Amino acid sequence: MALVNVVLTRSRAIVLGLLGVAAVVATWDVYKALGPEQGVLIGTTRVLPRTTDLAMPHSWEMLQRFGEPVTARIGAPDAFSAVFDASMFSLGLAARGWLIGVVVGLLLALAMSRFRIVESALLPWVVLSQTVPLIAIAPLVRRWGSEIEIGSYVWTSQDSVAVIAAYLAFFPVAVGALRGLKSPDTTHLDLMHALGVGWWRTLLTLRLPASVPFVLPALRLAAASAVIGAVVAEVSIGLKGGLGRMVIDYAVAASGDPAKPWAPIFGAVAIGLLAAGAVGLLGLALRPFRLTGVPR
Amino acid sequence: MTNPLIQPEPLGQPAIQVRGAHRVFGKGRKQVDALSAVDLTVADGEFVSLIGPSGCGKSTLLRLVADLDSPTSGEVLVFGKSARQARLDQEYGIAFQQSGLLPWRTVAGNVELPLKLHGINSEIRRRRVAELLELVGLTDFARSHPDQLSGGMQQRVAIARALAESPRLLLMDEPFGALDEITRERMQNELVRICAETGAAVLFVTHSIPEAVFLSDRVVVMSPRPGRIAGVVDIRADGLAAAHDRSAGVREEEGFFRAVGEVRSLLHGTPETAAVARGVDHR
Repeated sequence: MALVNVVLTRSRAIVLGLLGVAAVVATWDVYKALGPEQGVLIGTTRVLPRTTDLAMPHSWEMLQRFGEPVTARIGAPDAFSAVFDASMFSLGLAARGWLIGVVVGLLLALAMSRFRIVESALLPWVVLSQTVPLIAIAPLVRRWGSEIEIGSYVWTSQDSVAVIAAYLAFFPVAVGALRGLKSPDTTHLDLMHALGVGWWRTLLTLRLPASVPFVLPALRLAAASAVIGAVVAEVSIGLKGGLGRMVIDYAVAASGDPAKPWAPIFGAVAIGLLAAGAVGLLGLALRPFRLTGVPR
Repeated sequence: MTNPLIQPEPLGQPAIQVRGAHRVFGKGRKQVDALSAVDLTVADGEFVSLIGPSGCGKSTLLRLVADLDSPTSGEVLVFGKSARQARLDQEYGIAFQQSGLLPWRTVAGNVELPLKLHGINSEIRRRRVAELLELVGLTDFARSHPDQLSGGMQQRVAIARALAESPRLLLMDEPFGALDEITRERMQNELVRICAETGAAVLFVTHSIPEAVFLSDRVVVMSPRPGRIAGVVDIRADGLAAAHDRSAGVREEEGFFRAVGEVRSLLHGTPETAAVARGVDHR
C-alpha cells in the first residue's frame, strides 16, 4: 500500500515536472508565433522581446542545433559533444569547489557553534563576503594563487576557479549548519548534561544528527551556487575548456546562428540540475535523520 | 494537616539533602531571588512532590538537585555526594515536560541511549531495553520512531529512558504537564506501579494538586518572590497508603480529599494554616 502511494506520488511529480517544461516551451513558441514583430512596448520601454528569429529562435531550432557541427570548419565536432565536454569540465570544477566550500562551511559552523565569541567575530564577515562581486575577487584569487607553490605543486587557473566556486558555496553551508547545530532544544541539551556527556559526544549524538534537516537544503543551494561560481569564474579568469568561455564564444555567433548561444546555456542548466540531483541522493542516504519529531 | 512527628524512617543515606539553598538570577536591580533559604530532605525510596505557582522556584530546585544549575549559596547533596559528583556517577534518572526523545532514533534506540553513551555492551543493552519497554508497556513499539507515538506514549519512553540505568532517584519536571487529563491519570497510575517495582526515590515537580497528592508521600508547597517552601503536607498522615502501595481508588478516599484541601490552603496562603505549617516545617 505504502509502496503504491510512493510510486503514485513519484510519477505524479514526474508528470507535473514534464508538464511544467512543456508549458514553458509552448509559451515561448506561441508568443513567437502570435506576438508582434517589434515586441511589446510601453512608451519606449520594451516589456516583451522582439519575435524575430534572431531574438527568439524556435525551440526546435535550439534543439536541432545540438546535432549540427559547432562551426563550418571541416572536422568540427557536433555542438552536443562540444557542450557536453565543456559541461563536464565545468561540473568537475564546480564539484571541487562544492567540496571545498562544504568542508570550510561546516568547519566555520562548528567553530561558531562551539564558541559564542567566534560567532560574533566571524558571522558578520561571512555575510559580508557574499556582498563582494565575484568579478572583483576573481583576479585577486588568481594573483594570490600564482604566488603559491607547495613542493612540486603549482597553482593553476583551474584551482582558482574551484576556489571561487567554493567562495559562493561555503556561505549557505556555514549559515545552515550553524542554525542546525544550534537547533536542539533545552530539554535535549539538559538531558545530555544530565547524562554527563561532554561537548564532543553531544556533537556526535545530538547536534550533528539534529543539523541534517538544515544542512541538506544548504548543500543543495551550495551545489547550485558552485555551478554558477564555476561558470562565472571561468569567464572572469579567462579559463578555456568550460561553459563560461563557451557562452562568450558562442554569443559572438548570435547574429548569423541565433540558436547557437543557447546551447551552452542549456548545458549550464543541465549541470545545475545534475548537481542538485546528486545532493538529493545524499539526502536519501541520510533519510532517518530528516525526522524532526513532528507527527507524519 | 501537617504532622511533624511522622517523618520517613531514614534508610541509610537520604536520597536528597538540600541545606540553605539560595539561587539568585541576574544582578543589581534586575536581581531575582528564585530560591531563598530552602531546606529539604528526601529519604531513600520516598516520593516527594514540589508544587506551587509559576515562578516559585520548584523547577529551579529540581535543576539544582540535577546539577543542571548551581546554587548561589547553600549545599545540595544527593546520596551524600555533591550534586555534581552524583550527576557524573549517574545517581539519578531525569524526565522533563517535553519528552526530549531523539526523533531519528527508534523507541528502543532512545531508551538505550544512556546505556550506549556509558559504554554498556550491546547484549546487556538489548536485554535491559526489552525489560524497560515491558515495564512501560511499549514492547510492540520498539522499532517505531517517536513521531509515530502519542504524547502519552512518548512520555512513557522518556520515563523508560530515565530508568535505564536503574537509578535510585528519579527527577521529574512536570512530565505529565502536556498531557490531557485522561492520559494523565492513567500515567499517574502507571508511575505508582513503576515506582513500586523499582523502589526509587522520586522528586516530582507539578502544577496539579490532585496529581501531587495522589503520587506523593509528602507534598512540598512552594510560594514565589522569593521562591521558598511554604509548608509540607505529609499525605500518609491523612490515612493514605504509602505512595508505592496506592491504587486508582485512592482518588475516591476521604483522606485524599482532606490532603487536597490542606495543600490547597497552603498554596493559597490561608493565613493561620500557612503560618502554622511554615512554623512547623521550615526546618
